[in-house]
Amino acid sequence: MLKVEHLTKMFGGLAAVNDVSVDFEAGKINAIIGPNGAGKSTFFNLISGLHQPTSGRILLDGVDVTCMPCDQVARLGVGRTFQTTNLFEQATVLDNLIVGHRLRTRSGLWDVLINSKRLQREEKAARDKAMEALDFVGLNHVAGQFIADITQEERKRVAFALALATDPKIVLLDEPAAGVNPEETEGFAALMRKMVDNGLTVCLIEHKMDMIMSLADKIMVLDHGEKIAEGTPEEVRNNPVVIEAYLGGDEDAAA
Amino acid sequence: MLFKLGSLLMKPGAKMALLAFALVFPFLAANEYQVYVMASAFVWAIAVYGLNIITGYCGQLNLAHGGFFAIGAYTLGLLTADAGWSFWPAFVAALVMTAVLGFFVGIVSLRLKEHYFAIFTLCVGFIIYLLIDKWEELTHGPIGVRDIAAPSGFGLVDFTETTPFYYLVLAFLVFSIWFMGRLSRSLLGRTFIAIRNGDELAQSLGINLMRNKVLAFVLSTTYAGLAGALYAGMVRFIGPEEANINHTFDMITYLLVGGIGTLTGPLLGTVGIVWITQSLQFLEEYRMIIFGPLLVILVIFFPRGITGQFLTWMHHKAQSLAPGKKQKASKVQTASAREAENNA
Repeated sequence: MLKVEHLTKMFGGLAAVNDVSVDFEAGKINAIIGPNGAGKSTFFNLISGLHQPTSGRILLDGVDVTCMPCDQVARLGVGRTFQTTNLFEQATVLDNLIVGHRLRTRSGLWDVLINSKRLQREEKAARDKAMEALDFVGLNHVAGQFIADITQEERKRVAFALALATDPKIVLLDEPAAGVNPEETEGFAALMRKMVDNGLTVCLIEHKMDMIMSLADKIMVLDHGEKIAEGTPEEVRNNPVVIEAYLGGDEDAAA
Repeated sequence: MLFKLGSLLMKPGAKMALLAFALVFPFLAANEYQVYVMASAFVWAIAVYGLNIITGYCGQLNLAHGGFFAIGAYTLGLLTADAGWSFWPAFVAALVMTAVLGFFVGIVSLRLKEHYFAIFTLCVGFIIYLLIDKWEELTHGPIGVRDIAAPSGFGLVDFTETTPFYYLVLAFLVFSIWFMGRLSRSLLGRTFIAIRNGDELAQSLGINLMRNKVLAFVLSTTYAGLAGALYAGMVRFIGPEEANINHTFDMITYLLVGGIGTLTGPLLGTVGIVWITQSLQFLEEYRMIIFGPLLVILVIFFPRGITGQFLTWMHHKAQSLAPGKKQKASKVQTASAREAENNA
C-alpha cells in the first residue's frame, strides 16, 4: 500500500526523520508512536507532500510520490487530518465539508460564470459526498450547525469527515484522540475500525497507549527521527529499546 | 429589532427592495450632488467587492488594491485623452490591463504568505504610485490626465450627465454583486474559503494553492480595474493621488465595517461610510475622532462586520426555533472543551 524507503529529512543540520523504512499494509491500522519531537508529524508531512524529503523514496501502490506536491498526493488518495483543524467557524458543518470533494471536480471560472451543467452536477456530487462523510462519522444531526457551536469532539469528527470526503485510499490521522475524554476516545477507536472495515487503510500518530495497544495492527516506534522498533503491539510492548526510550517503560507516564 | 433587520437582509425580497431603492434614488435625492456621491460610493463598492475576493474569501491581505484601481483609471484616461480611443474600447483595455498585470504581480507576490504577502503588496502599491507620479512622459506626472472621455451612450443617453452615469455604475455594480454571489456559493468560492482556513489543510484536500490564489488575485485586480475605469469616466480628471495607499486602507475599512467575506458587506460598508463621511464633512479632519473609536468598537465586538454579525444572529435564531434546542447545551460544552484545550 504505502512503502517508505530510507526516508530522511534534514532541517539544517538536524535530522528530523533519519533513514526510516517502513511498509504500511492495506486494510490495517498502522500506528506511529514515539516521544515528543521524535519526528512523527514530520514523517506525516513527508508522506503527504507538505515537505519534500532530503533523500529516500515514498511509493503509494507502486507509484513514486516522493517529490509530488501535496495536492497531487491528495488526488492519488492520501487523506489526512491535522492536530488542529482550522475550519470556517461561522459556517455550517455541511458547508465546511463540501469543499472536501473539490479535488474530484473540474469546474472552473467559466463554469461559475455560465452556471454550467457540469458545475451543477459537480456541486451536487460534492454535497452528497459531504453528507455521506458526515453520516459515516455519525454527525448527521449537526449538519446545519455552525462550527463555532459544536463540541470539541464533534470538531474532530468533522476533520475526519473532511478527510473522508476526498475519497482517500489511506488516511493519515495526527493525534485523533488528543484532548478528548476516555469515553470519546473509545468512540474514535470504533470510528477507525469502521474506516478499516470499509476498505480504508489507517495510519495514525497517537500518544494514548491504551488505545494504540488495543487498536493497532502494527506499530512503528520513532525516537529522535529514527525507527527504533516495529511490530505488533505485543512485540513493541516488550521491546527493551522502546521501554528505554519511554523512560523506564511506564506507559502511563508517556500517555 | 436587530434580528428583524438581519432577516430582512437575507430574504430575496430584500435584494429587490434594495435594488428598487437604488433605482428610484435619483428621484428621491435632494440634489444632483447626492446622486453623484451615491454613484461614487457604488464605484468604490465595486472595488471593495474585488478586495473581498482576495482578502475576504481567499484570506490574502492585498495592499496593492488601490494601485490596481489607479492602473484601471490611468489605462482608460491615457487611452482616451492621449491616444484618442473612444471610451468603450479603452474600458475593455483597462480590464485586460489590470487582469494581465494582476497575473504577473500575483505569480510573484503569492509565493509569500501572510504578513510577507501584505508587506510585498504594500510595496507594489507604492511602486505603482511612484511610477504614475514620476513617469511624466507617459502619465503627465503630478499634473494628471485631463479630458478623459465619458462613456459614449451611442446617441441614446448622455453619460456626461450625472443621473445616466449613476445608472451605468449601478448596472455594473449589480453585475459585480451577481457574479460575486454566484462565485461565493460555487465550488470555486468554497475553494478560496478553504485556502483562507489554512494553506496546509487546503493542500491536503488536493487544492492547488498557487493556481487558485492567482485566480482570486486576478479576479480582484480586474474588479479594481473596472472600478478605476468607471471612476476615470466619471470624474474625467485623474492624478497620481488615485494610487495613494490611503485608498487601499479606506477600502479595507469599508470591507471590515460591512463584513469581510460576506456578500452584502462590501455594499453596506462602502455606502454607509461614504454617507457618514459626507454628513461629517463639517468636522473636516476631526471626523477621525469619531471614526477611530467606532472602528475599534466594531473590530472588538463585531469582528465579521455588520453583515457577518447579522448572519450569525440569524443562524442562531433559526437554530433556537428548530426542534431539540440543543443549542445552549452544546455552546456550554464547547466553552468547557476550549478551556480544557487551553489548560492542556
